[in-house]
Amino acid sequence: MRREGPWGRGRWCDALLTVALWAAAVAPLVAHTQQGQAQGFLTGLRHPVSGLDHVLAMIAVGLWGAQLGAPAVWLLPVTFPMVMAFGGFLGLVGIPLPGVEVGIALSALLLGVMVAREARPPVLAAAALVGFFAIFHGHAHGTELPPGQSGLMYSVGFVVATGCLHGVGIAIGVVHRWAWGRALLRLAGTAVAVAGIVFLRRALA
Amino acid sequence: MKRRHGSNAWAMGLAVLAGAAWPAPAEAHLVTTGLGPVYDGISHVLVSPEDLIPVVAMALLAGLNGPVAGRRTLFVLTGAWLLGGVAGFAHGHTAVPAALTTGSFLVLGALTAADLRLSSRTVTVLAVAVGLLHGWLNGAGIAASQREVLGLVGVVGAIFVVVALLSAFVVSLRAAWMRIAIRVAGSWVAAIGLLILGWTLRTGAAG
Repeated sequence: MRREGPWGRGRWCDALLTVALWAAAVAPLVAHTQQGQAQGFLTGLRHPVSGLDHVLAMIAVGLWGAQLGAPAVWLLPVTFPMVMAFGGFLGLVGIPLPGVEVGIALSALLLGVMVAREARPPVLAAAALVGFFAIFHGHAHGTELPPGQSGLMYSVGFVVATGCLHGVGIAIGVVHRWAWGRALLRLAGTAVAVAGIVFLRRALA
Repeated sequence: MKRRHGSNAWAMGLAVLAGAAWPAPAEAHLVTTGLGPVYDGISHVLVSPEDLIPVVAMALLAGLNGPVAGRRTLFVLTGAWLLGGVAGFAHGHTAVPAALTTGSFLVLGALTAADLRLSSRTVTVLAVAVGLLHGWLNGAGIAASQREVLGLVGVVGAIFVVVALLSAFVVSLRAAWMRIAIRVAGSWVAAIGLLILGWTLRTGAAG
C-alpha cells in the first residue's frame, strides 16, 4: 500500500499550482521611490569580480593573512577596504594616479610572491604593502559608476564584494594548518604571481 | 468519526455565515487608521542605507564600548533623532551640507575599526551628534515632501529596535574573532563613507 504523508502528492500539486499562478501574475515591485538603488548596488557588487587581476589580488590578501595568522589575518582585511576607498576618493575628486594598471598587475605579482614564499615581514610592513597596492585598486575601480545609478549603493556593493573576496581568501587559507595545505597555498601563490606577470606584460604593452 | 467530521463542517459553515452577516470595515489601507506614516517611517529606516548604515555603525561602536555605552546610546540616539527630526520638520528645508552626513559614516566606521576604548560620555556625544544630524535631515525631508510628521515616530521606533538588538548582541560577544568581525564591518562603513564623500565632492564640482 502506498503511504502518503501530510505532504502527499495532492498538496504538492496545490503548492506548485499556487507558485505557478503567482509567477504568472507577477507585478513589478516598486517598494522604493528612489531610482537606481538596486542597480547601483548590483553594479558595485559585480565590479570587483569582473576583473581577474582584482580578484586574484584580493584573494591573495586573504591567503597571505591566513598564512601570517593573528593579528595580520584581521589587520590586512581591515586596512585594505579603507585604503582602497582612499584610492577611490582620489579618483573621484580628480587626482590622477600614474601607472594604475601597472600597480594592479604588480600587486598580483608581489602578493603572489609573498604567498608563494610564505614571507613573514613585520605586521605593519605587510599592512603597508597591502595598503599601498589598495590605492591603485580603489583608484581604478571605485570611480566607474554608470549614469543614473546610486553612488551610495554602488559604494556599498563595491566594498562588500571586496570584503567577501578577502573572506574567500581567508577561508581557503584555513588549509594552512595542514602540511599539504601549506604546500597548496604556496602553489596558489605561485599561480597568482605568474598571472601577475601576464597582467604586467599586458599593462606595459 | 464520520459524525464528528460532519459537525465540524456545520460549525465552519455557521462561522462563515456569521462572518458574512456581520461584516466590519477591513481598514486595509492604513490611511484610515492614521498608522500609515508610522509604517512609512519604519520602512524608511530599513530601506534607506544613508540612515541605516550610521545607525548600525553607532550600535556596533556602542556595543564594543560596553553595556553602559550601549544603554545610553539606545535612549540618547533615538531622543536626539526625534528632536532633530521635529526641528528639521519645523524649519522645512535641508540646510545641512551633504559632506557632513558622510562624516558620520567616516567617524563611526573608523572608530569601530580601530576598536578604541571610548568613555561613555564620548559615545553619548557621538550619539547626540548623529541623532540630531540625521534626524534633522529626516524631518526636513518629510516636510519637503509634505508628509505627516508622525513618520518620525516610525523612524525613531525602528532605530530603537535596531540599536537595542545590535548593541546588545555586540556586548554579548566573547570570542575574539567575533569582535574582529565587528571591526571589519566598521572598516567597511568607513570605506563606504570615504567613497560617498568622493561622490559628493564630484557631484558638487560637476553641478
